[in-house]
Amino acid sequence: MSASPALDHIEAGAHGHHYTTTGLDSRKIAIWAFIGSECMLFASLISTYLIYKGRSVVGPFPHEVCNPPACATTLNPILNIPVTSASTFVLLMSSLCMVLALAAVENRNLPKHTFGDRLLGSSKLWLWATCLLGAMFLGFQAYEFTSFVHEGLSIRTNLFGSSFFTLTGFHGAHVTAGVIWLGTLLAIDYKRGLEPADAINVDIAALYWHFVDVVWIAIFTLIYLIK
Amino acid sequence: MATVAASPTYAGTESGEVTGLWSWLTTVDHKRIGVLYLYTSLFFFLFGGLEAVIIRAQLAGPNKTLVSAEMYNQLFTMHGTTMVFLAIMPLSAAFFNFLIPLQIGARDVAFPRLNAFSYWVYALGGLFITFPIFFSVAPDGGWFGYAPLTTRQFSQGVNIDFWVLGLQILGISSLAAAFNFITTIINLRAPGMNLMRMPMFTWMSFVVQFLIVLAFPVITIALVFLQFDRFFGTNFYEIGAGGDPLLWQHLFWIFGHPEVYILILPAFGLVSEVLPTNSKKPLFGYPVMVYSGILIGFLGFGVWAHHMFSVGMGPIADTVFGLTTLLIAIPTGVKIFNWIFTMWGGSIRFTAAMKFAIGLVALFTIGGISGVSHASPPADLQQTDTYYIVAHFHYVLFGGSIMGIFAGIYHYFPKMFGRMMNERQGTWHFWLNFIAMNLTFFPMHFSGMLGMPRRIYTYDAGQGWDTFNFISSIGAFMLVISTSIFVWNFFRSKSHGAIAPDNPWDAATLEWSIPSPPPEYNFAEIPLVESRYPLWDLTHPERTSEIPHTHEGWEEQDKAADAKAVHIEKDRRTAAELGIPMPTPTIKPLIVAAGIIIMFSGLLFIHRPSKAIAFTLIFSGAAILVGTLYAWLLTPLEPEHH
Repeated sequence: MSASPALDHIEAGAHGHHYTTTGLDSRKIAIWAFIGSECMLFASLISTYLIYKGRSVVGPFPHEVCNPPACATTLNPILNIPVTSASTFVLLMSSLCMVLALAAVENRNLPKHTFGDRLLGSSKLWLWATCLLGAMFLGFQAYEFTSFVHEGLSIRTNLFGSSFFTLTGFHGAHVTAGVIWLGTLLAIDYKRGLEPADAINVDIAALYWHFVDVVWIAIFTLIYLIK
Repeated sequence: MATVAASPTYAGTESGEVTGLWSWLTTVDHKRIGVLYLYTSLFFFLFGGLEAVIIRAQLAGPNKTLVSAEMYNQLFTMHGTTMVFLAIMPLSAAFFNFLIPLQIGARDVAFPRLNAFSYWVYALGGLFITFPIFFSVAPDGGWFGYAPLTTRQFSQGVNIDFWVLGLQILGISSLAAAFNFITTIINLRAPGMNLMRMPMFTWMSFVVQFLIVLAFPVITIALVFLQFDRFFGTNFYEIGAGGDPLLWQHLFWIFGHPEVYILILPAFGLVSEVLPTNSKKPLFGYPVMVYSGILIGFLGFGVWAHHMFSVGMGPIADTVFGLTTLLIAIPTGVKIFNWIFTMWGGSIRFTAAMKFAIGLVALFTIGGISGVSHASPPADLQQTDTYYIVAHFHYVLFGGSIMGIFAGIYHYFPKMFGRMMNERQGTWHFWLNFIAMNLTFFPMHFSGMLGMPRRIYTYDAGQGWDTFNFISSIGAFMLVISTSIFVWNFFRSKSHGAIAPDNPWDAATLEWSIPSPPPEYNFAEIPLVESRYPLWDLTHPERTSEIPHTHEGWEEQDKAADAKAVHIEKDRRTAAELGIPMPTPTIKPLIVAAGIIIMFSGLLFIHRPSKAIAFTLIFSGAAILVGTLYAWLLTPLEPEHH
């Protein structure tokens, strides 16, 4: 696939890629513009959560005990920091695996002498790892959502429920899209192998994945850690 | 003067398709997509104008009964929504599409299929949000849809559902296009075209794309909250649950104010093309024009709460936003002066386009003056929600954006269609339009100051408003006549206009160096650009002798070893003959767009007792969307070459 057919006919530099003003592939610039819009999307969701913090009329509440009459019976704070710390770690590790996957694709044609080299150089392994860790994070989220509902917090219950589930739900949807994207790359790797020429596609998927991870770090800090 | 000789058509594609519905449905050529945007947005402009005419007929006198109160609400809501989202923005998009690649010396945008996708989402989304009015269930909560009025409790019907979902769909179109144009302008400029050599229209459009990227997600979330409240029972705008009655307003206007700069900056860019060309002088103060455009975009994010001076934010917030609003008048005023200084000492040629461009300078200034008066919170307390505000924004949007767009249409029609528009009809259009526009909107300053509120479907006699309203309505009917002249001119000239030369206006920028209309590949040979006014360097070097011609910022000239110096092209050979690979036309962007519309339609049925219809639509839409998207992404853009 041509990087930027619109400027065909001008011989580019050493890579033999088509000419671009910056020398970068157009897809890389586009993904950054996309990430810019996503920043504003999550900024709006996070700001709303923070504005509505402490303003729910009825419980359950994130960090405070809920006593009658705000709740029918006394309820403990509903957020589970230890469990969410584990899922955050999982997502962070998935970003590490993503970095290794990209490196494996870029360095596919380098000679690999030791078992360790071959391990690090296996794009399928690291793509699987990223996908599985991402899916594990989603599993944690599903567990958290269902346990909250059992404890009396749904998206309709109060301002906290509405803003929390919408924010983390949007984030989870983005993780899901990322897992599907990475799964597609994995399928292509099985079908015809991912060559260094495909690195740009893995690179933009990686940028997306890291962005989703950074958003989670912001969410985890602002919603779970800061009381 | 007019000839019926072989009229230039769009160059054929590799598959040989030049005409016919299928060639338009599958096109990925930015020029054709620009023309599609132009036709569709002109249609919606007329439709929104019709809604306005009915409004003015209803308000021509006191206590009229032409339409009911509810229908009146639908009319002003749809007039605003149509004009903002379906007319002005897509008219600007028509020019982004047609012009930007030509101005920067590229063969197309960075992502041609994504470009087609943006158009089809707009076209289908526009139909989605418009057709309810034929069943009297059009959105009726104002174009700004304030919650809690638009929550399920106070707006039970489907009206607001169409509005919320329709705007989400349209947002997808604008965002996709913004990613495309940002990439195109950053990455596909011809060798030598550094940023400070770009034409002003491209510069202003560049700023606009960033505004879209940063502002649209905010309204997306505001709409998501409203959607979730209406469809899923969440509490974002529920006062009883502790919801903030101002949340919607803040989120909406954080989008809404940058939105109005999105509406005006492209028109400013078009004026900055038309004025210098027809003054035979370079633009006065090009760098300042660039910086002020950027500053307007930047400051535009800091003024939003001037739409909320009457809600009780407190003196500190009021003061801060009052100050920032006054501040933003400065770069805007600078542009007005630079346009005047461009014309000063020039040799003015009063083409129809030039008349409209000068019209913008005059009428936008009037709108800007009333705008500055709104910046003071105590003054605005009297002005807000009256017709004084209606006067202001129609002066800047009609006297500003629409005038600028008309200037662009008259100026670029020859390049787009290979024929000239009729200048006499253009003159009639201009003067009738100018007089009618002032007749319609100037009296609103007075009726507003006399206390006439906005959004009332009728009014009692004897309050001092009758005469002003009557004059406004006369003006509106006159606008129908002037616009009809334009529509006639537009379509008649397409088939019977004089054949256009390649550079009828003796203009300076790259788009005028290629045939009218351009061949599918735009440039047979991408030029090496060495100045801001490449064609004037060839034909009128005395005009640009005072502008520095440097090689600054162009270190990698070796990359452009193949690029030829700027030259006039008359080539009409096909891409195949020249060995230029062209993207393959494809129906997939349209199908993906249709899938999105189907998905969103499903939500309209989510409240039925049986969820079958809703889920069928949502899942089938999603399947179409995802399946076709995969096929699209796995298909190369061009046939294999090299």
